[in-house]
Amino acid sequence: MNATALIAEDEPLLAQALQAELVRAWPDLRVLKVVGDGDAAVAQALALRPDVLLLDIRMPGQSGLDAAAELAEEWPDDQPFPALVFVTAFDAYAVQAFETQAVDYLLKPVQPERLRLTVQRVQALLAQRRPATGPLDATLEQLRSLMAQPPSQATSLQVIPASVGQSIRMVPLTEVLAFEAADKYVRVLLAQGEVLIRTPLKELMPQLDPAVFWQIHRGTVVRAEAIDNVTRNEAGRLSLKLRARPEAFAVSRLYADRFRAM
Amino acid sequence: MPPFNPVTIARRALAAVVFNTVLALAITAVSGETLAVNMVYSQFIGLLIWGLIDGGRFVLHPSGWPGARAMAGLVIGAVLVAYPLGSAIANALLGRPLLIGLNHFPRATLGFVLMSLSAGGFGAYYFTSRELLARARLAGKEAQRQATEARLKLLESQLEPHMLFNTLANLRALIGTDPERAVAMLDRLNDFLRATLKASRADATAGQHTLADEFARLRDYLELMAVRMGPRLRYTLELPEALSRQRVPPLLLQPLVENCIRHGLEPSVGGGEIRVSARQGAGGLELEVSDTGVGCEAEPAAGFGLSQVRERLATAYPGQARLHWHSAPAAGTRALLTLPLPTP
Repeated sequence: MNATALIAEDEPLLAQALQAELVRAWPDLRVLKVVGDGDAAVAQALALRPDVLLLDIRMPGQSGLDAAAELAEEWPDDQPFPALVFVTAFDAYAVQAFETQAVDYLLKPVQPERLRLTVQRVQALLAQRRPATGPLDATLEQLRSLMAQPPSQATSLQVIPASVGQSIRMVPLTEVLAFEAADKYVRVLLAQGEVLIRTPLKELMPQLDPAVFWQIHRGTVVRAEAIDNVTRNEAGRLSLKLRARPEAFAVSRLYADRFRAM
Repeated sequence: MPPFNPVTIARRALAAVVFNTVLALAITAVSGETLAVNMVYSQFIGLLIWGLIDGGRFVLHPSGWPGARAMAGLVIGAVLVAYPLGSAIANALLGRPLLIGLNHFPRATLGFVLMSLSAGGFGAYYFTSRELLARARLAGKEAQRQATEARLKLLESQLEPHMLFNTLANLRALIGTDPERAVAMLDRLNDFLRATLKASRADATAGQHTLADEFARLRDYLELMAVRMGPRLRYTLELPEALSRQRVPPLLLQPLVENCIRHGLEPSVGGGEIRVSARQGAGGLELEVSDTGVGCEAEPAAGFGLSQVRERLATAYPGQARLHWHSAPAAGTRALLTLPLPTP
């Protein structure tokens, strides 16, 4: 069976050109679909299960990196995870991260010689893992390091101003047990009750000490000290409970490594 | 220069001690007292004068420079307080009556007070003028650094690498499939780059160009973006003929249009529309840049081009230009500039 690919690139001319170059470099490859935004990339990848996924980084909807992270969470366990190739015009931080990692990346304008090298790498990876199943630890490791925020120079957060009705409630960071992204808001969970803030989790994360607050899911950050226990269900998915909160929090497989028993 | 740097304070104290010693030597040469006795008087009085002046100027003004008149008053006050106090302390140490000088040698005392006054005045003048000079130099350097940084930021934002490399990638694709369109795109890029470099070199007041030029450069930029974004970008430029010769700082509107693309349309799956228009309003020339993109809640922090436009307006039309900016989620963004320009 021939290998299959999905291309996610928002600029129509570039998507067309990438497809043409890709087919030239890899005549047997079947390009299943070309999509123009991050959300469609996730939906189509889950529906079509391509072997290779070419993701532009800056896209409408969600970025290529976010799309990859969501895919890693949603991808079924019994299916091989696609080989990821990121495409970027200029993304200093990402390029730097890629260079230390084996996930391949392409710089725009994409050049045929470089694309052939990518094709060889992907072919080698696919040949090697055809018999195996399950997402590769290496891919997760790479994604994790790509998702990690660059260190911020912003002063770290001490108190969170949250609007409650007509007034602003000042919540000390030391009282926060977890942050959970919910639609347009972030829920700030406390031992008793919760408050809502509008600052996206992405902007909040660089201001939090990563040793104190652990990311456990795309949309969840918990205070490490407040974690009570972590359990695995029949499907192998992890979830955790905090000491002072009743609800369970799903742990993404991107961050499952943290909970291997010492 | 931090006002309470212990090293510079110690340096000034040391200079006072040396100065007091020289005075004691000089007085010994012309008076009957021993050097040791003169040293006691000289150091106590001199250091008190120095302490009162050097401390007092920071009490009067946080910067340490309360102005020339206040400084003169401070010197006189310090001497009038420190001379009797210092000599009384020295008298006590030497076992003499506290007011012996004033009571028995009033003429000599007056002479010493006047001498202290000139010494204190000289010292204060010397050190503060040096400090003021250093501060002025530092401020000059800082202003220069800020100007350079502003120019660099302008250039950097207009030659944004993401925009540049994506444009080149599109060009590369077009060369194979549609050479004619590729040539047109290359010409646009050429004009855009030339205008950007020119704008980054010219200073904000001298290097003005006409509104017609401004709108032509915006069209270059938007056409480049239209090739990249396809049907996701729609735009209209409205410049009444009567206003086309009006002069404005080059690429003044460009950061605003770029914001519309980058923060309004690019994140939106369906894209949107950008409108740039000029009109003669009641308060002057009105330039409006708006989009129908995703919008945002509050004015974004620095680095979004808005502060840059504000700075340029402040330089080109000090206190006379306004920038009104409004945005709301899902309601797009609207920026309105009002410039104090005469009717052509």
